[in-house]
Amino acid sequence: MSQALLRASDVCLAFGGVVAADHIDFELHEGERLAVIGQNGAGKTTFINICTGYLQPTAGRIVFNGQDITGKTPRSIVKLGMGRSFQLPQLFSEHSVQQCLEIAAAARGGRLSWLTSLSDSVDQKEIVETLELIGLRQAGHELAGELPEGHKKLLDVAMALMLHPKLIIMDEPTSGVSSQDKHGLMALVMQALDERKVTSWFVEHDVDIVSRYATRVAAWIDGKIAADGDPQSVLSHPKVREEILGVAAC
Amino acid sequence: MKLGVFSVLSVLGLLAIGVAFPWTKTMLIIGLCYGLSALGVAIPARSGQVSFGHAMFACVAAYAVAFLARAFPLMDGVVLIVLATLVGTLFATVLGSFVVRYRGIFFGMLNLAVSMVIVALLGKLYELSGGTDGIRVPRPVFWGLVTERSEFETMLLFMSCGIALMAGWFYQRFTQSATGQALGGLKSNETRLEYLGISAHHILWVGYAWSGFFVSLAGAIFALAQGLVTPDMGAWTRSGELVFIMILGGSSHALGPFVGAAVFQAVKLFASAYMAGVWQMLLGFTLLAVIALAPEGIMGAWQTYRNRSGKGAQP
Repeated sequence: MSQALLRASDVCLAFGGVVAADHIDFELHEGERLAVIGQNGAGKTTFINICTGYLQPTAGRIVFNGQDITGKTPRSIVKLGMGRSFQLPQLFSEHSVQQCLEIAAAARGGRLSWLTSLSDSVDQKEIVETLELIGLRQAGHELAGELPEGHKKLLDVAMALMLHPKLIIMDEPTSGVSSQDKHGLMALVMQALDERKVTSWFVEHDVDIVSRYATRVAAWIDGKIAADGDPQSVLSHPKVREEILGVAAC
Repeated sequence: MKLGVFSVLSVLGLLAIGVAFPWTKTMLIIGLCYGLSALGVAIPARSGQVSFGHAMFACVAAYAVAFLARAFPLMDGVVLIVLATLVGTLFATVLGSFVVRYRGIFFGMLNLAVSMVIVALLGKLYELSGGTDGIRVPRPVFWGLVTERSEFETMLLFMSCGIALMAGWFYQRFTQSATGQALGGLKSNETRLEYLGISAHHILWVGYAWSGFFVSLAGAIFALAQGLVTPDMGAWTRSGELVFIMILGGSSHALGPFVGAAVFQAVKLFASAYMAGVWQMLLGFTLLAVIALAPEGIMGAWQTYRNRSGKGAQP
């Protein structure tokens, strides 16, 4: 087994009486495609928010790529190579798709120019390649805020990809997308991540998607990891079947 | 016609008017100062943050001119403008480090609050500031020359026009740059900025400092053109006028605030000549009409028309 890219040790967080992260120990290794499943309120997004710096854990430690990121801001964690997409896509709605990617590409460089135009300060070849990779080449000049939901999700991932992350965390990448478009969207995303050799972790409710695209599944129940392993074993775990998949154990 | 070329031709037109009708020179300089200030207000407005206190930077720079001219009577007017602009910009930079932590109404009201403190201090510290009567600014040596009033105004008009052109050029470059686009991104999604590794505070702070620079520069020129500085220069009504002008002209192109200033001055002049008792009402109706018919301002409406007619907006 390769060295852990992300390691969370004994991470805890409670909101009043609700324990959202209950002594979580977790590792993610390079090259994995981890799917996190669980009921709403199980603490999946909270754990993502802790790992990406949006929330501070009350206890525990998180190490990413060999560096302790506990308590660091999202900005500094992103700079270490962790990208993120959101359940509700976080886009620059008044900018075009191309401009969104250009801002992301410029951000990767660290210093933003004051006088050089944005389009001149980034590698346009890379922008076009990313647009093609994510299937948005035709939508380059459309406003991000006016895209269909599926395209918004793709753009959200593409913006994170522009940072050349080692790990990308996607919170429900297919939510809000019609069932017939979900697989197409995930195929595009996974193809892009494979091509850029990015380790991924995604939260997903659709078992078909999880079975098809994940190499590993972690099941969250009440702020704890109830099962963790290959998709087949986790999805057939009695507790997972009963409490997450809603299938009565027999 | 490209808007850049139109801007240059407009400035040449202003110079021609000033030379042909000398009585318009002060009015033109003051109009350019309003445009320059509104250009400054437009920078944070691009990030969705509207300040109701930005006139304070003009006031601070204007008083810096007055204090410097009083302390160093032989100081050249150009040096006065440069130093006073630096003072105003420094003040904006320091204040900006605090106010950029706030958003929306809090950002607007904090700027207003600080401007009210400054205006009150200038009004009360009579020994230092001359109180509400202000301080007279004697006509300084300008570009090394001792000038009569008319020559001085002509030189100041030429300088103001040059500065307006350079400021417009900078605004266009800045808003199209990575920093300017990120500033626009702050308006729609601050969370994404942070998750791209961009500090929203830093971006807004840079914009705020440049914004303070433009307003300070306008204040310094205004002080020399008017020959008198008073606390009223920083009053909230003046800040409101700058926001009014920015909305009126639009901030999608650097020309917008200057067009807004021209329309504002024209409406004000017309109203005070023919409707003296209700001139504010006429300004109010003008703004209502613009918001209802062209919410992006005059320049925004013009660019929309150009895009629809297939001529395209050109920089």
